[in-house]
Amino acid sequence: MSRIKDLQSRANLKNNEFVVLFLIIIGVLLLMWALNPSRFFQRGNLQSMAFQMPELGLLSLGMMIIMVTGGINLAVVSTANLAGIVAALVMQSSGGNGAMIPVAIVAALAVAAVVGLANGALVAWVGVSPILATLGMMTLLNGISIVLTKGYVISGFPDAFQWIGNGVVLGIPAPMVLFLLTAVGIGTLMNRSAFGFELYMLGTNETATRFSGINVNRVLIQSYVLSGLLSGLAALVMISRFNSAKSDYGQSYLLVTVLASVLGGTSVYGGFGRALGLVLALVILQIVSSGLNLLQVNAFMTRAIWGLILAGVMIVNYYRSRARIRVR
Amino acid sequence: MKRIWKMHETYVFLAILVLSAVITAINPNFFSAENFFDLLNSYAFLGILAVGMLVVLVSGGIDLSFTAVATVGEYLMAIFITRHGGNMAIAFLMSMAIGVALGMLNAVLIYYFDIPAVIATIGSLNVFYGLLIVFSGGKWIYTLPTWFRDFAQTKVISFANASGAVYGMATVALIWIIVIVAVTLLLRYTVLGRTIYAVGGCGFDKSAATRTGINLLHVNLFVYGLMGFLAGTAGVVQALQVQTVAPNSIVGKELNVIAAVVLGGASLAGGRGTITGTLLGVALLAILSNGLTLMRVSSYWFDVAIGIVIIASVSASAIQQKRKHRYAIDVSTPAEVTA
Repeated sequence: MSRIKDLQSRANLKNNEFVVLFLIIIGVLLLMWALNPSRFFQRGNLQSMAFQMPELGLLSLGMMIIMVTGGINLAVVSTANLAGIVAALVMQSSGGNGAMIPVAIVAALAVAAVVGLANGALVAWVGVSPILATLGMMTLLNGISIVLTKGYVISGFPDAFQWIGNGVVLGIPAPMVLFLLTAVGIGTLMNRSAFGFELYMLGTNETATRFSGINVNRVLIQSYVLSGLLSGLAALVMISRFNSAKSDYGQSYLLVTVLASVLGGTSVYGGFGRALGLVLALVILQIVSSGLNLLQVNAFMTRAIWGLILAGVMIVNYYRSRARIRVR
Repeated sequence: MKRIWKMHETYVFLAILVLSAVITAINPNFFSAENFFDLLNSYAFLGILAVGMLVVLVSGGIDLSFTAVATVGEYLMAIFITRHGGNMAIAFLMSMAIGVALGMLNAVLIYYFDIPAVIATIGSLNVFYGLLIVFSGGKWIYTLPTWFRDFAQTKVISFANASGAVYGMATVALIWIIVIVAVTLLLRYTVLGRTIYAVGGCGFDKSAATRTGINLLHVNLFVYGLMGFLAGTAGVVQALQVQTVAPNSIVGKELNVIAAVVLGGASLAGGRGTITGTLLGVALLAILSNGLTLMRVSSYWFDVAIGIVIIASVSASAIQQKRKHRYAIDVSTPAEVTA
């Protein structure tokens, strides 16, 4: 009986979390509207928000999955940069031939998946801690990206390719459609499939998961490959939107992916975190970032604000978890 | 003798020997006193930071914000001495004090709010760095006082080579050596030093440490404060070496420092790591990068080489740990199951 109650209260808690995130969205919307009364709800601003969110969103999904396993993937951005560069090189070598676009897309996703596989193998089979494995991988990938590009920008893709990042479907930006579909897919995978169940179990208690007969290594490797693939998708959106690829794009994104995950309710200790929470958190961050942008706040000031919000969210989480323990 | 072959340091040392032999065979200039002192002087900055990072890793934590701390200390110090003058002691004390304050701020976040060190310091990195760039406007400082330049050019030990050029150990290398000696004594022979190892050895279950009567707040404040102190020191050392202060020249190099310490056998799980290992790690990185230059390999390949070396090294120590654990688990499994 008490168990059922416990489950019920946990379900309520989750819904509460989403309600809180919704309230925050409304709060920041009103705040940014008040700060930019004439400009915030203009069509141009709303549209640019919808174009900016997807690449960060895809990267954050990749971060969230690894955080649910109890790890962290510091290589999400460098994976995306390498995948983007490979796709760009494929398209460049074909001299703007549109027929090479599918090849470029497959190449980017393949590179990203291989990187994910390597990360997963290091963590699962070799037993390296996720921080070190992905930190080392980040250095290696940055290095490979620099070798491939010699530090220059690769630009000029076929027109058709630019549709991925700049096109519009039924009035909604194409990258946004891609992101929403992916988020729904990941959400379904995490909440409705055996893999998702194993993922949460692994994040909650690895030893118990191992003893219940689940192949922990397989789950870990699958989640890193998935995380890599999401970086690959982000790469396609990113290079298409910028119409170029470079080894050091998106340097401040790493912080934001961690921030979005944590704000969306993902536990840094693993075991908790849902795609819906992440999407809501991303909406909040996008509203704040666009609002600050309209106010012409310095980009580095925005970075400092992200850092402060991250610390703030972690402090709030700490007090909430303490309150929860006290109730029990 | 058997113990030596079980030590991580031995393998790093062997790697250094092999690498040195290869580089010397290709370019004999490598194996010269001049090149040795060059490396010693130019790696003082990274070496000082590596010592601080070692202490953090031993305690079971990690700090990704130290590059920003070093930059903030360096920049504010440079502004102060260009406007108000002063001397080397003031320059060092100021940067060190800023470092300690910022480092302790990390400790407070980590201790009081139970935030994992990675997350807390990713956050503080961006706060420190972002605010510095905003308030400095990203401006470089070129005109440092002459006494600042003179101190950098002073040689503690000097020699002259065949063509008459003077080379030798610079003051920055002496500072590095002082740091090494002090922290070695601290880690080996003081209660505090052993406590840091003990806290790190407890892993994630910090209650074991508190039950033995360790004040975790004090340990955290000390460890992250020391990291800040050494970051502040390293900031001044960097300013001495390059004689210009750029707000964006250090941030982004945190990986090289962590790489050096991890190469030397320190574990992220805490409780393991020695100064000897860390110095060998710094030496390996220094020789690798110097060697690539002397062998005329394009500098584009530097990060690739470092990345491969880091991954190989962390894999090797993970496999070593796993083997040890496998022997241990035969005994511990029944206890784990019943508990």
